[in-house]
Amino acid sequence: MSLLELSDVQVHFPIKKGVFFDRTVGHVYAVDGVSLSVEAGQTYGLVGESGCGKTTLGRAILRLVDITNGEVVFDGTDLAKLPPEEMRRQRSRLQMVFQDPLGSLDPRQNIESTLAEGMEAHGIGADKAERRERILRILDKVGLPENSLSRYPHEFSGGQRQRIGIARALALEPDVIICDEPVSALDVSIQAQVVNLLEELQEELGLTYVVIAHDLAVVRHISDVIGVMYLGSLVEEAPSDALYAEPKHPYTRALMSAVPIPDPSVEDDRERILLQGDLPSPSSPPTGCRFHTRCPWKQDTLCDTERPVLTDLGDGHKVACHYAAEIAAGTVVRAGEAADEDDAKEGREPASVVAP
Amino acid sequence: MALLSVDELSITFTGRGRRDIKAVSGVSFDVDQGQVVGLVGESGCGKSVTSLALMGLLPDRGVRLGGRAEFDGGDLLTMSQSRLRDLRGSQIAMIFQDPLSSLNPVVPIGVQVTEILSRHRGLKGAAARKEAAHLLDRVGIPDPTRRLKEYPHQLSGGMRQRALIAMAVACAPRLLIADEPTTALDVTIQAQILELLKELVDEEGTALLMITHDLGVVAGLCDEVNVLYAGKVVESAGRRALFEAPTHPYAHGLLGSIPRLDAPRGEPLKPIRGSINDRIDWADGCAFAPRCDSYTLECLSGAVELTEPREPAHHVRCVNPVLPAADVVGADVADADVADAADAAGADVADAADVASESPVAAAKKTEAPS
Repeated sequence: MSLLELSDVQVHFPIKKGVFFDRTVGHVYAVDGVSLSVEAGQTYGLVGESGCGKTTLGRAILRLVDITNGEVVFDGTDLAKLPPEEMRRQRSRLQMVFQDPLGSLDPRQNIESTLAEGMEAHGIGADKAERRERILRILDKVGLPENSLSRYPHEFSGGQRQRIGIARALALEPDVIICDEPVSALDVSIQAQVVNLLEELQEELGLTYVVIAHDLAVVRHISDVIGVMYLGSLVEEAPSDALYAEPKHPYTRALMSAVPIPDPSVEDDRERILLQGDLPSPSSPPTGCRFHTRCPWKQDTLCDTERPVLTDLGDGHKVACHYAAEIAAGTVVRAGEAADEDDAKEGREPASVVAP
Repeated sequence: MALLSVDELSITFTGRGRRDIKAVSGVSFDVDQGQVVGLVGESGCGKSVTSLALMGLLPDRGVRLGGRAEFDGGDLLTMSQSRLRDLRGSQIAMIFQDPLSSLNPVVPIGVQVTEILSRHRGLKGAAARKEAAHLLDRVGIPDPTRRLKEYPHQLSGGMRQRALIAMAVACAPRLLIADEPTTALDVTIQAQILELLKELVDEEGTALLMITHDLGVVAGLCDEVNVLYAGKVVESAGRRALFEAPTHPYAHGLLGSIPRLDAPRGEPLKPIRGSINDRIDWADGCAFAPRCDSYTLECLSGAVELTEPREPAHHVRCVNPVLPAADVVGADVADADVADAADAAGADVADAADVASESPVAAAKKTEAPS
């Protein structure tokens, strides 16, 4: 039994119109049917581009946004159906680290008060002295000096602020920490410090992470299992190494090939799969496979009519693509490979199927 | 003679009753026709302010400029505003990081593009509109005539950046300055934009000054790379030379601290300790010394000059440059010693690996003088 299990989670935001009477004129399908499971002590990485619903999904796990449909089973209880007070109590076991380290800290609250607030709310530590002792231990763990206690967020650098964010999450001794873009606001030399800190803490405290990020390299570095999201649903899920070694979904392939690698000799020989156009609007997602409007491997049948489901191709490598096996075998090729250069530029020529 | 030749550029922010802030001190580099030169560094290293100075976009008050920036026989830093206005947009163009805030939100894209065409190329009316549509088409915006009538908020992020590039290349500038052109964009869109910039350089022979913090982008695009730290170039080299053998401890550390998509998992990253706030004045020594693993007293005894320690055209500002692994056989032994010692002391294996994975020079130093 996994520690955290999501099944068919949907989060739809209504689009309202009208002055006096809010008429719902449509929905933004931010998360549209995501099922995944996170094992205790592991790191689950969620990647995808902006607007794919990864942040909303992370917030939905903590019920910071309302879930339209589906189950979030944490340690045997379905969080989606808990009454508010019980949910509040559960939150000490599920904590979050936010992207913007300055924006997520109260500028008028010093560090001791920031960290003690959650402890008080959840009844951790008998009195102020005991809480202070705990806070000092946590500060030491995240690599902040003791004199931070009485200081305010603006007195810290970006990397230190993110450490405070992590310390705040740790203060409640959670089982799961959801990290939403934990390093993307930081400079690269600082990113590495925070990534290493997260890994050390996991080893020491046996934490379970859900890491949400757009930076594939960071996610690959710290995750055991990675889920790739596109327009509200998972298109591929696999163990970190397998996903990198052989991305099977066309979107994952394009995403991987677009990530620049800091090595000229690799960069010069790489084949880029350039996607045409932009992400479609999540309020009117394409029919069939969500990715078919931009997919270089798009076929005439199935792709635009039937929505593929996440299927296991073996070894926990799950892909939501009708033609994943054929693409891997090379029997279905990319539009650009078959057609001339000019045709490829024109855009979505249907890929030709070469007989095996 | 290079197209743009920046010589000892320094930018100091002054204010009454405040300490002067040296944002850039003594930066020199050349950009040739058809060449891509990168300025790389983290936030606060002075890369963006350099580009603003070159474009003459810094305010007159509160800023003191020094050095020269020769472009086409004139000095960009001392040129009159009217002459600069003629150059900007026609000879030199700039692409900014945030495409939404660099477009006027209340003016349609078409008007913003044609404005440049009428100012610099004298095109009017239908001719200007036709040319504008052609430009949008060139940068890969589908259905350009319709887009010309739209406002910036109606375009997606990638499309806005394309529109900005269209405006930048409208007059076929000889120099294009791109300040973090892809930072605000998703990776798949970033790949599209980088491809477009590459095309421009290859086809038109435009010189490109690329300002970025992303070493991956640099690796794929730049011919020459200047690594900035606290307002000074600490290493400058051809791209292959830099990535194969980063010689300044900062450049070395930076490359070691980025997770690579193609690297095996499980190895801890090697971060640079501290933050940019821990620095000393360049006049007193190396600004990076407080964060450096291989610093000695020599680093703190006065200004450090750019030298060519290993090969020509690979400039490094360091007294203890990082040597390639093959040259430091002794350090390997020292590494092993440290690891052994740690093992013997009963420390866990991860710790030992940590110590051993520091730069060889640092490890060697630790064994020499355990202070």
